[in-house]
Amino acid sequence: MLSLILRRLVHCTILFLSSVVLTYALASTALDPRAYFEGRQPPPPSRVVDSELSRLGMDDRAPLPERFAHWPGRAVHGDLGRTIDGESVNAEFGRRVGVSVRLLLVGTVAGTAIGVLAGMWAAVRRGGPGDRALTVFSFAVLCVPTFVLALLLKTGALAVNQAAGSTVILYTGEHTPGLRGGWAVQLRDTAAHLLLPAICVAIPAIASYSRYQRAATLDVLGADHLRTAQAKGLTPGRALLRHGLRISLVPVSVFFSFGMLALFTGAVFTEEIFGWPGMGSWLVDSVRKGDVNSVVAIDLFAAAVVLLAGLLADVVHALLDPRVRQP
Amino acid sequence: MTGAGRGRAVLRRMVRRPGALCGLAVLLLLFTLAFVGPFVSPWTHTDVDYSALRQPPDARHWMGTNRIGQDVFAQVVRGLQKSLLIGLLVALFSTVLAAAVGACAGYFGGWTDRVLMFVVDLMLVLPGLLVLVVVAPKLRDRGWIALVGLLALLGWMVTARAVRGMTLSLKERQFVVVARLMGVSPLRIIWRHVLPHTASFLITDATIAVGGAVISETGLSYFGLGVQPPDVSLGTLIADATDVALVYPWMFFFPTGLLIAFVLAVNLVGGALRDALDPTTDSARPSRIPLSGMSS
Repeated sequence: MLSLILRRLVHCTILFLSSVVLTYALASTALDPRAYFEGRQPPPPSRVVDSELSRLGMDDRAPLPERFAHWPGRAVHGDLGRTIDGESVNAEFGRRVGVSVRLLLVGTVAGTAIGVLAGMWAAVRRGGPGDRALTVFSFAVLCVPTFVLALLLKTGALAVNQAAGSTVILYTGEHTPGLRGGWAVQLRDTAAHLLLPAICVAIPAIASYSRYQRAATLDVLGADHLRTAQAKGLTPGRALLRHGLRISLVPVSVFFSFGMLALFTGAVFTEEIFGWPGMGSWLVDSVRKGDVNSVVAIDLFAAAVVLLAGLLADVVHALLDPRVRQP
Repeated sequence: MTGAGRGRAVLRRMVRRPGALCGLAVLLLLFTLAFVGPFVSPWTHTDVDYSALRQPPDARHWMGTNRIGQDVFAQVVRGLQKSLLIGLLVALFSTVLAAAVGACAGYFGGWTDRVLMFVVDLMLVLPGLLVLVVVAPKLRDRGWIALVGLLALLGWMVTARAVRGMTLSLKERQFVVVARLMGVSPLRIIWRHVLPHTASFLITDATIAVGGAVISETGLSYFGLGVQPPDVSLGTLIADATDVALVYPWMFFFPTGLLIAFVLAVNLVGGALRDALDPTTDSARPSRIPLSGMSS
């Protein structure tokens, strides 16, 4: 088990480093930080722009290896460089990472837990009204782009608020600015702001996890060992939970790391639409400004999240299936 | 079984499912709308009617007009055409790429396999959306076909892995071993003996990928990075109308409704195709991941 984790860890580290280098190369060649400075009113002299760009390590006239050379040296010491506005990328990262992690965590936990339960529930009632309703629901959700879903939620919240005559559901920002009060007030405020974005991130996840879990459970339901367990005297529900769940979770755990990637993408749209200052809206901002260092920092986060999810999926897979544990 | 016989059997199984029939009918309808619509409408997608700004649907403008007086029907039809083309081409390109890479990796094994699978893993770690938003502005001037290439390049990895897995088991089968011993060249074996056996999976996967590609394109257009004006796609139309979705609903709900109808129809047909081509598999497998949300 330990050697499996170690091997995966080495593999992940190589992938992580390659992805960062690739992103750096891609961002440095495709983005245009010079345009950001030259677009200012009044336009600064080109000498000033040049010196500012080379100070940031974004000088598009220097060859790519030279630009990249100064980055890893500082990055291993934990310094991710400066944003295009001259602030520390680390500070910006620190401010935003919590916001995104909160959203991703809620999406993952709600998505997997509710999705798996709903999928099993539907598989047991195959062909019944509950199963059909869930199928229609997940098909419909998976056909709607996340930003449309977010906008529909926002519109719904607006309608509810107008009907109620006061702000019942909050739909902008991640907390109320300038709110005073103890931690209980703050916590309630944060939770209230989390509601709609969390639904928006979790619903597609629930839809797809429930599809996978339903199919996997159906495969298990006909298995001989489940029939034996029932013959031995277990109720069908208990037999499924004790002997079927473990097997049916294997395909779902394989899907987990891809699911994380999709969740991250969904979170970018969700943050942008609900006005959350997270990694997603930072990405959109940085690309507009041509901010190379920030884009690399965001990739650092995204790659870490996806690889961690993959690692977790591997560990769960090994725990569920003893055959994987053998070298 | 002959090709025609199998085709008929597949068709019979498809027709038995009401969902698949509905999906096929909707797809046919949408294609007709997209390619015949421009000839029926008196307006083109760039025409501006200054006498009718923000008009609700009436006899003159069948789906109303937008803020600057453009006919929504003409725009939706044009956008639908573009989105359909993008979806189909992306699915085609990415499936071809996935089949080639997956079959080569599985068949040749060794270092070819290791290198190709590393590329697949690397591209799976790289968030597709990040690559898209970074690269898309550069491709703006190259038009929508560059967008197709980019979307295809970011959507083949999971399918390639599945094809590799199938190739690994096909490689051990007798007919492949015999062909190899007879001295048939590896590329010919892949083309004649390996890929035909993955065809049903590839067809199904490509169908579902069409929906994913259209969703990705709309997401990109939402950030203003997809199809560029004056050309329109369903994504740009939805993006332009989002902030007025409640005030002028016709600008928002027509393109959104058509988008959802299209993706739903494609997924229904894809699912039915999977069951019809291979009735034994109802199993879970990771499919493509469109940019916004997930697909099953």
